[in-house]
Amino acid sequence: MAVKVVERRPLTLAERTYLPQILAGLRVTWENMVRPPVTLQYPDERPAIPQNYRGVPTLVRDPEGREKCVSCQLCEFVCPPKAIRITPGEIPADAPTAHVEKAPKEFEINMLRCIYCGLCQEVCPEEAIWLQTQYSMTGLSREAMVNDKARLYELGGTLPDAHRKWDVKKTEAERQAGGAH
Amino acid sequence: MVTDNKPSLVAINVDGVEHLVPAGANLVDVLGRIGREVPHYCYHPKLPVAGNCRMCLVELGSPMRDRATNEVILENGKPKIGWQPKPAIACATTVSPGLHVKLDSPVVKSCREGVTEMLLVNHPLDCPICDQAGECKLQEYSAEYGRGASRYDHEKNAKPKRSRLGPRVTLDDERCILCSRCVRFTSEVAKDPVLGFVNRGSFNTLTCFPGRELDHNYSLNTVDICPVGALTSTDFRFKMRVWFLKQTPSVDTESSAGANTIVWSREGVIHRITPRRNDAVNDTWMADSGRELYKQVTAENRLRHATVRGARATAEEALAAASEVLAAGPLAVVGSGRLSVEEQGLLARIVSARGAAAYVPAHVGKGDGLLVSEDRTPNFRGALVTGLTAREADADLRALAADIESGKVRALLICREDVTALGLSATLLAKVRTVVIGTHADATTAAAEVVIPGLTVFEKHGTFINCQFRLQAFAQAVPGPAGVMPDALTLARLAGADAGLVWQDLSALPQLTGLDGAKLPAEGVQLDGSAWSRLRFPEGRLLKVATPA
Repeated sequence: MAVKVVERRPLTLAERTYLPQILAGLRVTWENMVRPPVTLQYPDERPAIPQNYRGVPTLVRDPEGREKCVSCQLCEFVCPPKAIRITPGEIPADAPTAHVEKAPKEFEINMLRCIYCGLCQEVCPEEAIWLQTQYSMTGLSREAMVNDKARLYELGGTLPDAHRKWDVKKTEAERQAGGAH
Repeated sequence: MVTDNKPSLVAINVDGVEHLVPAGANLVDVLGRIGREVPHYCYHPKLPVAGNCRMCLVELGSPMRDRATNEVILENGKPKIGWQPKPAIACATTVSPGLHVKLDSPVVKSCREGVTEMLLVNHPLDCPICDQAGECKLQEYSAEYGRGASRYDHEKNAKPKRSRLGPRVTLDDERCILCSRCVRFTSEVAKDPVLGFVNRGSFNTLTCFPGRELDHNYSLNTVDICPVGALTSTDFRFKMRVWFLKQTPSVDTESSAGANTIVWSREGVIHRITPRRNDAVNDTWMADSGRELYKQVTAENRLRHATVRGARATAEEALAAASEVLAAGPLAVVGSGRLSVEEQGLLARIVSARGAAAYVPAHVGKGDGLLVSEDRTPNFRGALVTGLTAREADADLRALAADIESGKVRALLICREDVTALGLSATLLAKVRTVVIGTHADATTAAAEVVIPGLTVFEKHGTFINCQFRLQAFAQAVPGPAGVMPDALTLARLAGADAGLVWQDLSALPQLTGLDGAKLPAEGVQLDGSAWSRLRFPEGRLLKVATPA
């Protein structure tokens, strides 16, 4: 292979002193010293999370405190990593929400499996499962990383209900019980 | 009526395509068989035609004939088709030569759309809590033939929900589409008419006759045939979604009727048992009692490990101990009609190799004339075919008891039978050395020297021969308890045979020539049982057995 000899351009006086380069570097340093910081002191400081963020999946209650999940198991079916495990159950006939008939006996989401895809929220016909703004899940054991039903409701809290589907149904059934049609 | 054996075929024309179909068949059945399913709710192949759901409306026509000469009128060289002015229901139509059917015309489409829309007017939005979701005809047809959105902005009708129809059936009247399948089933098949409709118009409601309950042993078939979620099984209610369940073909073991079943399981847990259609045995029905048999899998007294003289043992230790006991002296074998054909074949090898006396106890109950026969074992005919026994089932074990008393029998091999309930007391069992292969703990396993656990019908595969001498296969639905060997493997080890080659020996038997238990058709194989026509079997009339054998 032929060797091509490249003639190197001699350095100028300014280049030989290094001073322009040092000053340019110092300028960057000084500029950043006086600029307001862009980082946060995590975990003492937390970022503002947008409302459409896909955080940890949670279960929510409606404004009356009724658990919205009816354990239809569609999220369990759609979940790509099979993180969700539901044990369906029946609401006792003497409960105030007996007209809903069905509620989960147990509901587990394994956060070691969850990929935060949001398909469970998308598929839910009752708007009961929501990926909210909680993003940091830690635990010291595998068991601690499985959110059970109590923990999911604790994380989820209450969200407004625009449809009130079951309340409307109950009111209508009570009205018709008097023979109305 | 077709009298000769030749299937007589007629040509019908479906959307311009000619098909040869059996004469006299129902149009819905025929169209389903040629892959052009007509949506239908009230029609059921095994029930009388009601024609009230109107979902199967199609356009019908036939070649026009000249009234004077009765000649077919031609148009452009082809027969001219006279289309009926209005659509007709396919379920009330039997195929006739030259019948023309339109399934894709705008009229048919608008009929289906209209029927679906009217059915959905008062149907609740219960799919998330409805057990039928996933196998619901209304759900499927609404997606396929519905308009996708409701134009009905009034309030829906409220009807009783969660009402108890009987001990095993829960009714949701709001979901009912009034197809009357359940009404026809209880009156025509179960012969116990307890269901009917009351009130009129949109108040029309399914209910039980006053003072009656849907409590006969076939009540859960109404749940199977309900096209929507109105009738649901109380046992299966809210247990599991059907789309998670794996279906395994099996056979009902409660009696020698041998109803074909599907076992629905998820991750090794059985959730329900439903009938599997077999027109030669059970049509599409099965008894409620057979649907609860899966509970034996997780029963409290299930044997989960082998024991030798009361101490827990490994399978190998138990097999070694069992071989030693069987060699201890003159052997008697108590086989069972609960064993599969394969197990009986291996047991028959042990019997003949050791010159043992074999007993197959009888379990006789009351037959119901439908699908629960008098013989309450699924496979007594198998014991005959495999040569395990040549006589009628033993009503008691008095002969064996006498042999034990007199010391003529020193070792006993018992398979799937509680002999203490059949006349062998525990004190008598103490006089012989006993090996028991069983699935559940009972007084016999408590008294036995060696107990080897076995698998239930849901945890192994094999074949049964029902009272019609029909060889039917069952498949493994769930895994057995850890470390428990299939009964056939245990018996093969005791017989010194290879369990995998059992059908090589069985297919040498005259009735089973050329058969392989692993390759049976889904509907089973009819065997020749004429060799035992002199025996008196306890079975009487059944759904598909007109005269007692």
